[in-house]
Amino acid sequence: MASVTFDHVFKKFGEVIAVNDLNIQIEDKEFLVLVGPSGCGKTTALRSLAGLEEISSGEIRIGDRVVNDVAPKDRDIAMVFQSYALYPHLSVYDNMAFGLKLRKTPKEEIKRRVNEAADILGIQELLDRKPRQLSGGQRQRVAVGRAIVREPKVFLFDEPLSNLDAKLRVQMRAEISKLHQRLQTTFIYVTHDQTEAMTMATRIAVINKGVLQQLDTPQNLYDHPNNLFVAGFIGSPAMNFFRGKLRKDGAKLLFDAGDFSIALPAAKSTSYEPHAGKDVIFGIRPENVHDAEFVPMNIATEKVMAKVDVTELMGNEIFLYLMSGNNTFVARVDPRSQLRVGQQAAVAFDMENLHLFDATTEQAIR
Amino acid sequence: MAASQANSNIGMSGKRKRKQASPNPPVPQIMKQGAFVPWLYLLPALAVMTFFIVYPMINTIGLSFMNSDGTASAATTCRDGQPCWGVFENYRYALTDEFNTSSPAALWKSFWSSSYGNTIKWIVVMVFGTVTVGLAFAVLADRVKYEALAKAVLFMPMAISFVGAGVIWKFVYDYGTSQTQIGLLNSIITSLGGRPVAWLSTIPINTFMIVIVGIWIWSGFCMTILAAALKSVPDEIIEAARVDGAAEWTVFWKIIVPIILPTITVVVTTMVINVLKLFDLVYVMTGGNFKTDVIANRMYTEMYKNFNVGRGTAVAVILVVAIIPFIYLNIKRFLEQEASR
Ligand SMILES: Nc1ncnc2c1ncn2[C@@H]1O[C@H](COP(=O)(O)OP(=O)(O)O)[C@@H](O)[C@H]1O
Ligand SMILES: [Mg+2]
Repeated sequence: MASVTFDHVFKKFGEVIAVNDLNIQIEDKEFLVLVGPSGCGKTTALRSLAGLEEISSGEIRIGDRVVNDVAPKDRDIAMVFQSYALYPHLSVYDNMAFGLKLRKTPKEEIKRRVNEAADILGIQELLDRKPRQLSGGQRQRVAVGRAIVREPKVFLFDEPLSNLDAKLRVQMRAEISKLHQRLQTTFIYVTHDQTEAMTMATRIAVINKGVLQQLDTPQNLYDHPNNLFVAGFIGSPAMNFFRGKLRKDGAKLLFDAGDFSIALPAAKSTSYEPHAGKDVIFGIRPENVHDAEFVPMNIATEKVMAKVDVTELMGNEIFLYLMSGNNTFVARVDPRSQLRVGQQAAVAFDMENLHLFDATTEQAIR
Repeated sequence: MAASQANSNIGMSGKRKRKQASPNPPVPQIMKQGAFVPWLYLLPALAVMTFFIVYPMINTIGLSFMNSDGTASAATTCRDGQPCWGVFENYRYALTDEFNTSSPAALWKSFWSSSYGNTIKWIVVMVFGTVTVGLAFAVLADRVKYEALAKAVLFMPMAISFVGAGVIWKFVYDYGTSQTQIGLLNSIITSLGGRPVAWLSTIPINTFMIVIVGIWIWSGFCMTILAAALKSVPDEIIEAARVDGAAEWTVFWKIIVPIILPTITVVVTTMVINVLKLFDLVYVMTGGNFKTDVIANRMYTEMYKNFNVGRGTAVAVILVVAIIPFIYLNIKRFLEQEASR
């Protein structure tokens, strides 16, 4: 159990800056997820923490100890690799016992811990098998088990679920969350899948091109993205964006997309005023776009006309793919909606949940 | 041929219908495998092998039971008052002649200076030496910048003929009779104030001096194969071991070596076979004198120096019998590997 600190960490591979001035303070017992698109430097950040990469500059601390020059074996961390990296020549039991044997843990203690971990993970009957005799999901469990028995200060996971099928992934997601609650240890988890991040994390660090974009709780990231990248990355289906201008019309502020223009709430006008006349990007999540016939009560909306391009019936809701001029966007509407392909329809934007971004800096305006 | 066509027609009738429906051209009848057709493809190779290997081998075994020029049974070479194994007389000579059986101690001593004892020394020292040097180099070269160059240097001796290597090292080991030492090793020793050593005629170090040349030549071969095996060990497994708490030395012995053990086994058995067959270095450097003889050189000596075909072939047969278990091991390994693909 320990906190972890990235303090102005840089990692360069020749010309490529894989990690660019990373600053994160991870609290003890936290479940922190590093999320970002492929190649953004998540793995490199994690490997630097594990001691498998030497950082170019900055400082990494585990607890109060600076670990820049500490060998991986002395960092008291455990890591679950994407490929599981089980030792092919050792049985499941010996895979899990390997780290303990190296630490000269008494035989009885090793046995107790391995059996306990096997119980937690439901792999008791696999202990005598070799890794090649296991399915992907079972290997995954063994890899987690190998980490658990060590009782390390920090657990590191590098996309541990990406080689599993969709159903198993959902199941393992829940199990890893449970494991975190049970072990009460710091978890640092890397994934490119924002759903994994949202469902498991206590806090999420969104990274793009080696740069930390935002570090916050899942709900705050979702509700208040700092910039265009985070807004587009978090949430599925993704947020709709419209490019346009912020126009002043008397006392009112309008967002003018060319094909349509909508009035922005007066409550926000103080923060929007300074951007009047400038290019902005208007963002709204699909669930905040309603069929005008079925608008929930007590919300302030603005109507926009659009043509229905595709409909996807999901049972509990309908996905509408809409077109308004050159803009295409998605709406998740009430299942009672009668809108059908080809129809010209009125949709309502929930103005409580709009997002506005500066078109040049791509930072949120709020 | 006709029978096999008929056979495959019956067996394939279901498949053929589907084949015709597909846009691919029909598979020629001869390509369809039955029990017979594969043998047809093997036939040319088998014929050549039979003519050039199986026939000479049978002939060799036959000659090993004959006298020195293959004109009469080996039993006719027995002398009165001497031990005699009848038709196996050449084998008696090959197996016992080098040994002094007067006492167990004398037997022990004579065994270790015989071609058999020397061959065992060769196997133990050279196989251990080449595999160790090859593995160490493969591991270390993996971590340096000029990996390819470093490996090429170690592999280079492999490109020199053994006779050439023997000559080169004869110069290195040369023992001058006067004050000047032209041998590299002895000039180093004398320049440091030591006394020159007759490396190739001093028993028992001379055998080991020749073995060193063998190691010099063959380490590159071992390195190449072991390096390929090392590269196939996934980095993540090694990193997992490091994170698990293993120091580099532990990673090597507890993870890397066990994973590449099948390859190490193949290299060891291949090297044993190579060493058993080795003849040229001994022939060039000492000619088997000064108690440096090995089985393969003894075969040559009997055959082409003493012109005793019977004895030469008997030694050859013994050598083949010694090699067979290792070939068996190698093939078994190979088949296991194929099966696990
Ligand atoms: N060993 C390496 N040598 C050179 N470039 C590397 C190395 N490892 C990663 N990179 C580069 O660093 C960037 C970040 O990689 P990585 O951390 O693996 O991304 P992620 O895990 O987020 O997909 C990529 O551009 C990748 O090409
Ligand atoms: Mg990665």
